[in-house]
Amino acid sequence: MLSAILASGLAIGAVYALIGVTYNVMFSASRVMSFTAGQLGMLGGVLGSAFILRMGVPILPGLVLTLATCAAIGVATEIVAVRPVLNSLEQHLYVLSTLAFALMIQQLVAIFWSTEPQPFPRLIGIGSGGPEDEKFWLPLVACAAVVGCLEFLYRRTLVGRAFLAIAEDNFAARALGLPERDLRMASYAIAGAIGGVAGFASGEMLLAFFANGGILNFYGFVPVALGGLGNNRGAIVGGLALGVFQQAANFLVGGVFAGVAVFAVFIVVLLAAPQGLFGAAPARRV
Amino acid sequence: MGGFRSLAPWAAIAGFAMLLPFAFNEFWVVIGTRAAIYWVLVAGLNLAVGFAGQLAIGYVALLTLGSYTASILVQRYGLSPYVALVGAATVGAVSGVIVGLPALRLRTFYFAMTTLGFATIVTQVALAWQSVTGGGIGLPGPEMPAPFDSTKGFYAFCMGLAGLCTWMSANIASSRFGRALVALRDAEVAAEATGISKTALLMTVFLFAGATGGVAGGLFATLQSYITPDAFTFDLSVLFFIAILIGGRGSILGPLLGTVILTILPEFAAPLVAWSTFLYAVLLLAIVLAMPGGIAALLDFSNRKPLQSDRAIIPRPELLAELLPNGGGQDDIALRGIVLAFGGVRAIDGLDLTVRPGEVHGLIGPNGSGKTTTLNVICGFNVPEAGEARLGAAPLPAGDSRGRAGMGIARTFQTPRLVGEASVLENVMIGGTISGQGSFVESLLRLPRHGRDEAALTARAMLALRATGLETLAHVRADRLQHSELRFMEIARAAMLAPKFLLLDEPAAGLSPDEIGRLGVLIKAIARQGTGVLLVEHHADLIFDICDQVTVLNLGRELAAGTPAEIRAHKEVVSAYLGG
Repeated sequence: MLSAILASGLAIGAVYALIGVTYNVMFSASRVMSFTAGQLGMLGGVLGSAFILRMGVPILPGLVLTLATCAAIGVATEIVAVRPVLNSLEQHLYVLSTLAFALMIQQLVAIFWSTEPQPFPRLIGIGSGGPEDEKFWLPLVACAAVVGCLEFLYRRTLVGRAFLAIAEDNFAARALGLPERDLRMASYAIAGAIGGVAGFASGEMLLAFFANGGILNFYGFVPVALGGLGNNRGAIVGGLALGVFQQAANFLVGGVFAGVAVFAVFIVVLLAAPQGLFGAAPARRV
Repeated sequence: MGGFRSLAPWAAIAGFAMLLPFAFNEFWVVIGTRAAIYWVLVAGLNLAVGFAGQLAIGYVALLTLGSYTASILVQRYGLSPYVALVGAATVGAVSGVIVGLPALRLRTFYFAMTTLGFATIVTQVALAWQSVTGGGIGLPGPEMPAPFDSTKGFYAFCMGLAGLCTWMSANIASSRFGRALVALRDAEVAAEATGISKTALLMTVFLFAGATGGVAGGLFATLQSYITPDAFTFDLSVLFFIAILIGGRGSILGPLLGTVILTILPEFAAPLVAWSTFLYAVLLLAIVLAMPGGIAALLDFSNRKPLQSDRAIIPRPELLAELLPNGGGQDDIALRGIVLAFGGVRAIDGLDLTVRPGEVHGLIGPNGSGKTTTLNVICGFNVPEAGEARLGAAPLPAGDSRGRAGMGIARTFQTPRLVGEASVLENVMIGGTISGQGSFVESLLRLPRHGRDEAALTARAMLALRATGLETLAHVRADRLQHSELRFMEIARAAMLAPKFLLLDEPAAGLSPDEIGRLGVLIKAIARQGTGVLLVEHHADLIFDICDQVTVLNLGRELAAGTPAEIRAHKEVVSAYLGG
């Protein structure tokens, strides 16, 4: 039983972690938390199933198509719901604009895809449902791959350093002549692709289901909130821990109370440390 | 408020609601009932979302709780439907506070997420707790006794409650509590400085919103006649929330129309049902991007008239005797050995300062010398690491920014903090919030003390506006004012407290020479009433013109202190700061 809890817990935790990273990548580029993060995860599953099962595209091109579409939707988020409200960040209109955009995505999927969970293709074919099954370790592989790529991007490439500069100090970066808008759009494209990876890698576990978006939105936000905004390490550790905790509670006390337990922990930790366990408190301005 | 014009839309809505059962068939009566039930919930939620600006998105949770409570009380315990509604209101009120509690510490997106999470949990529990809720099978809703058991009877009952909720929320909106809520939303720092308690006020509003949500849930269960967790979709949360934003923040009429529109929109054509939430989302995006004021801004005709362009601010200091009748008392504000560092920078480094009643005390110095920080220490916004601050014999508790108003210390801000959507009069009335006597419940029900508070606050605010020369602008939206007018408005708001001490943070910044002259006369006259004035300013002329005492700061320390004449002759000050 322990191996089952760990396998499923780490798998779902990896998905939460990736959605958390999606939130963070968008936040770093724009100081905006977007409700579309979870929807991108949902789209990874739905689009993967649509391209591969419905249209018969082979698996690898299907993955590429899925990620490209998710990246495009990430860019669309930036153009439609983020850029117009960036000038009035202090009014927090982005909460509403990204919520609206996320709802539009979810409803379009519900109308044109299905409101029932649809099957997702078997990607490799290793394992037979036990803890060694691919559906449990694929999300972990995806998570590791994303972390590796992001580390390489941020630490080893000039573009990556430009991303960090924007995240650190937007005005100074612009004053240096960095193309802030293009970098922001690129960040949203990357965030879209990361969300897509999360949904694609977990498709066999979570299926292609329109309602996954809302669930991933919440459970992907929990590690971000606990780890501190923009802190990817916190999001990944928090995501994996959340997944294991949730699955353990699932097995031990039942699904409903697992949900209640996660929510209670979330609220208590946030009330005790609103800036997250690894974040710094913002200064207030009078 | 008041007057025929503002009452006309309400009369039209009430008339339409009364005619509806006679003019339309049963189908539309049911739709009308549904709209009324939704509005019962939205009327309460509107105070939390539209007025207080809290992004409570998952309010379907309250509807769910109310529905199950009422149904269980009637079906399992055999209570009367009326008692069950009271029970639903109670459970809703308690849950409303629980959902609202995180709002005290969490902001915007975080709070929105917690309400969403709560909504998810409530549905999950309803599904899983089969022994009580019937799980996925559900349970029957309460049946109303005669005369409310027919379609039209129940319509009348729901409309009655909807009318009651409208009246109550409008009472709060036009009371000092409503203004304080909006102040917390748009100018939280200013609200704190006027002594508004965020905790008490928000919790009261969440209590009220939870109660109306619970009642709406009870009615909803009767309307559905049978409830399952499926009935409480997230789409309903979206409807409630978006109805308020489409209607316009800080309005009652707008969200009411918003609720009605969103309820009937999908009924016009069957295909629209599947698209309804998508349409709501498109509407929300359009509102946020194109028309942040919502329906209420569309209906606000009076604020489209151009203002007189060559208006001047002519204060009338002679009215101050009436506005500040009690003088400043005998106590000094005394700072002793204050030290405060931001990171490695010592913003204040061992400062002693005494401000006396009846005097204008100037605080000058180069940028970064610690002037505003000193003011913030007195006001409790910054907590010093060492040293003490006193008002007479009483210590000024460090960090208690909200308690300063009660001790008679008022202030203005370097950047005016105002509620742009409220009128100038309302903005000034916010300054007198803590002088009100009546409770929230008294305002809710329009009991006599509410009326007395409102009359007293209005009269005093008009007096303050006359004294500062803004009375012709009393009913104009504050965000239409010029910068200089906002500076005088902040002084009027601070004067509402009849403060013992008035702290002004660069009140002359952005004013014309004429206006600076009138400002100087006004400040001097305020001090002559016995109020101690601490004036942070860069305009050396104004400082030397009106101050009794001047302290010059440099690098967080006192460089010099004395009368204006002494300062003007002080060598270091002249070379370091004044030049010449």
